[in-house]
Amino acid sequence: MTPFTRDQMAHRAADDIPEGWCVNLGIGIPTLVANHVPSTREVVFQSENGVIGMGPAPAKGHEDLWNINAGKQLITLVKGASFVGHADSFAMIRGGHIDLCVLGGFEVAENGDLANWATGENDTAPAVGGAMDLAAGAKRLWVIMDHTTKDGRPKLLEKCVYPLTGLKCVTRVYTNLATIDVVDGRGFVVRDMAPGLTFDELQAKTAAKLHQAH
Amino acid sequence: MINKIVQTMAEALAGIKDGSTVLIGGFGSVGQPDALIEALIETGVKNLTIALNNAGSGHVGVAKLMEVGSVRKIICSFPRSSDPVVFETLYREGKLELEITPQGTLAERIRAAAAGIPAFFTATGAGTLLARGKESRVIDGRDYILETALKADVALVEAWQADRWGNLVYRGSGANFNPVMAAAATLTVAQVQHIVDLGDLHPHMVGTPGVYVNRVIQVDRGPEWTKEEA
Repeated sequence: MTPFTRDQMAHRAADDIPEGWCVNLGIGIPTLVANHVPSTREVVFQSENGVIGMGPAPAKGHEDLWNINAGKQLITLVKGASFVGHADSFAMIRGGHIDLCVLGGFEVAENGDLANWATGENDTAPAVGGAMDLAAGAKRLWVIMDHTTKDGRPKLLEKCVYPLTGLKCVTRVYTNLATIDVVDGRGFVVRDMAPGLTFDELQAKTAAKLHQAH
Repeated sequence: MINKIVQTMAEALAGIKDGSTVLIGGFGSVGQPDALIEALIETGVKNLTIALNNAGSGHVGVAKLMEVGSVRKIICSFPRSSDPVVFETLYREGKLELEITPQGTLAERIRAAAAGIPAFFTATGAGTLLARGKESRVIDGRDYILETALKADVALVEAWQADRWGNLVYRGSGANFNPVMAAAATLTVAQVQHIVDLGDLHPHMVGTPGVYVNRVIQVDRGPEWTKEEA
């Protein structure tokens, strides 16, 4: 069995984004998703610092310091792009105008609860950024994360242990082992798995009941 | 004749008192009023409550403002930006009070203050640790929490262009928190790259009408910030 790489996870999520959606991508693997949407498919990428219509990173020599994304990386704009301030950008997010948000995660529960902002284990201050706004406001929330922690503990659980970012907000999870829908009233439903992985092996790495799609 | 343009930092920041609440615009270094922050440090003002997205990095700007002991409390969404060494030290030593607020709630609390709205219900943060101590209500079957307006004595903002009426034009992603903060303070001071003649700013391009702005000072942030758009 070969787990999916970071780029493969991003690619799989990108394949599921239809033309016309307005999409906000979180920091980390979610940022890679934009690289895997072909330019022939028009998807509008929003960044919460007020950029609507974000393009790829600029080529050397073409950087504009004024144009950054929420991860503070330099960006380009696509044709049709626009800028707004933070109040309008978050009204867009909180008012349900973002079709999809893709975030990283520490834990996802079978009821769709997401924990991705604080581990509650250290004494350094927590930092939430825009994660709670996106979790509460986006029409759909997909999470891209490894299926287990580095030391092998499941990150898909019956109930989150870490402090919550949002309640019942996650609708799909792309892990390095599988793509799993979070279905209201049913829980984790497996869409597909990494080649060579069996359902029982996946279940063994998951701390909540998995359901077959069919 | 209305003329909000001032020539010196002393004029720009005159009258800022100990214990003030200060909104500081910018997201990362974009749209950040660096020169006003440096000048605020020079005033030696104390006991400030500051509200902005991050908690500074390294030992410059907002980090330096905290390091010299001017700040009692910081309201922000993301204190762990790059190299937040000053913030983490002061916070660990109990010398700095922290109020974490989600980024959109921060923007909306400031917008509410600007619009004369004392408080509002939002779904952001409902059911989480950040809902602790806040009034909650179920509206149409969904949980919401009450967040209060964040009014300020002072807003320090940065813009690309201004005229003598204090109209501001932003550039690129440089608007961010600036327009909403400019509208929410008793005293709003803008640091701008360029000052143009009255009438030279197209009305459609004005991001902050001058009615919100009290003082404008021209500061050149350096060639990498002033080159024309590609």
